[in-house]
Amino acid sequence: MNAAEAVAHRASASMAISAWRPFLPLVWLALLGLLALMMAVAIGSVTIAPGEFWAVILGEGSELHRTLIFELRAPRALAGFATGGLLAVAGALMQILLRNPLADPYVLGVSGGASVGALAAMLAGTGTAVLSGSAFAGALLSTFLVFGLAHGTGSWTPARLLLTGIVVASGWGAVITLMLAIGPTDKLPGMLYWLMGDLTYAQTPWPALITLALVCLLVIPLGRSLNVLARGPLQAAALGVAVRPLEWTIYVLASLLTALAVTTAGSIGFVGLVVPHMLRLVLGNDQRLILPACALAGGALLTLADTLARIVIAPEQLPVGVITALLGVPTFLVLLYRSR
Amino acid sequence: MAVLETRELIIDIPERADGRPLSLRMEPGQTWGILGPNGAGKSTLLHTLGGLNRPRSGEVRIDDTPLRQMRRSTIARQLGLVFQERQDGFPATVLETALIGRHPFLSPWQLEGGDDLEMAEKALERLELSDLADRSVSTLSGGERQRVALATALTQSPSIWLADEPTNHLDLRHQVAVMELLSEQARAGHTVVMCLHDLNLAARWCDHLLLLYPDGEACWGEAESMLKPKALEQLYGQPLTWAEVDGAPVFVPS
Repeated sequence: MNAAEAVAHRASASMAISAWRPFLPLVWLALLGLLALMMAVAIGSVTIAPGEFWAVILGEGSELHRTLIFELRAPRALAGFATGGLLAVAGALMQILLRNPLADPYVLGVSGGASVGALAAMLAGTGTAVLSGSAFAGALLSTFLVFGLAHGTGSWTPARLLLTGIVVASGWGAVITLMLAIGPTDKLPGMLYWLMGDLTYAQTPWPALITLALVCLLVIPLGRSLNVLARGPLQAAALGVAVRPLEWTIYVLASLLTALAVTTAGSIGFVGLVVPHMLRLVLGNDQRLILPACALAGGALLTLADTLARIVIAPEQLPVGVITALLGVPTFLVLLYRSR
Repeated sequence: MAVLETRELIIDIPERADGRPLSLRMEPGQTWGILGPNGAGKSTLLHTLGGLNRPRSGEVRIDDTPLRQMRRSTIARQLGLVFQERQDGFPATVLETALIGRHPFLSPWQLEGGDDLEMAEKALERLELSDLADRSVSTLSGGERQRVALATALTQSPSIWLADEPTNHLDLRHQVAVMELLSEQARAGHTVVMCLHDLNLAARWCDHLLLLYPDGEACWGEAESMLKPKALEQLYGQPLTWAEVDGAPVFVPS
């Protein structure tokens, strides 16, 4: 190997490393998510000191602490993390699909359908399992309704999909208002809390968490096609993207994620709209980076917000949606103000 | 090297009669100009040639394979399109925008490597955009964006170029530079097809012309036989005066 070849060899080796360097922020976000989860588990009506926390993790510690961590706080923290991640990823996908930065997971009426399903279950006085099922069914119904109507007989455009979604969403909104108006007084607080987003109903975090992990794996190979699609459907088709199948994939994926998130924790606002934007302002617009980053940052934000929601006016709890907005609005405005 | 061929092709323009079916061969090394008034279907024809619009009847073939039977990603490895309109809804830098030209050549799990980056940087240099590499595309002028679109196509380096008014928004010097770039592609053995509004650019740089009339009629052939004032006056519905400058005809509205 002569000198020039050696230089070239070294250059290509460093190129291979630097190609992965843009993904370094994911490590930081993962650490942030871990920290948020640990805080969520340790802080509450009974605060667990770091030493005792480690003892429990290592399989020791008192019975009370173990029950508190493994049976009460950890499932709720993980459910919150998964919900936040799902919403942020769904929001980022919807923004790409509609090529509209104002899109969020709820813009096409998925949460409206879920809310009507959930409120109907509450009015009927069913248990939480039926409530979750009913919410999920409502979300899917809304998805297929918008899907079918937007397709219609003519051509399909993002503007048409958006308009259909918004009109269907306001239809659901009217039904929700009607249900609240005729609902018995003793059920109203529970219904309102669900509408604002509440992790109290979260039963098991696993479906949401596993879906989140699977989606993160799936969007990595899809990521570059999404980057190209963001440049417009014509340009994407010219560069070899099968635009229509990709758009339906995004639509179904984002709707399923939203349905799952809403079923787990009610319609928590704000995370799906703002987390993708925050990350784009800081990390640029490569979907291969943004989508996994959304999963981690959305999860961390919602876990943190839920911890605050539990402790701010303890023993009462605030709806977590209030905290996500109170935390997110100033952060987002500062980032927007500082960006060029 | 790839031959672009149409067989009895009728493009689909709503509420227009079929007109004359197009059967023509665009071969490596040739530079084709598509001329016609507004609404004659130049862009629709170009999109149909690129497989983005379905023809009403007939077919388009690349090297004897019908486009309909090819996967979009296979087409994109051979055929590049430069559009008249662009969507810049999401922020991206000039370099990132050029780099997406490599998309058809990378597998889903593959990251852009050093070679891809080098191709994109060379394309930017060729279009005098190197200084703007880190700028956001949304902050550029119309002419600069036009050159970014050409740089994306150059990064893609297709054997068939389809360019919709590639000189749009460009100043005089860059118009010449872009036409030079396209004829350089043709000399390198690529097939170049472009829609043009400027007769004089077409007269100077295209060796084949396709005249598209608003009613769907068409005629095509070598540039010299097509550049007849009578035919062009009829094409645009505008009387023309012409002169010869440096051996090439120059047309001005009279």
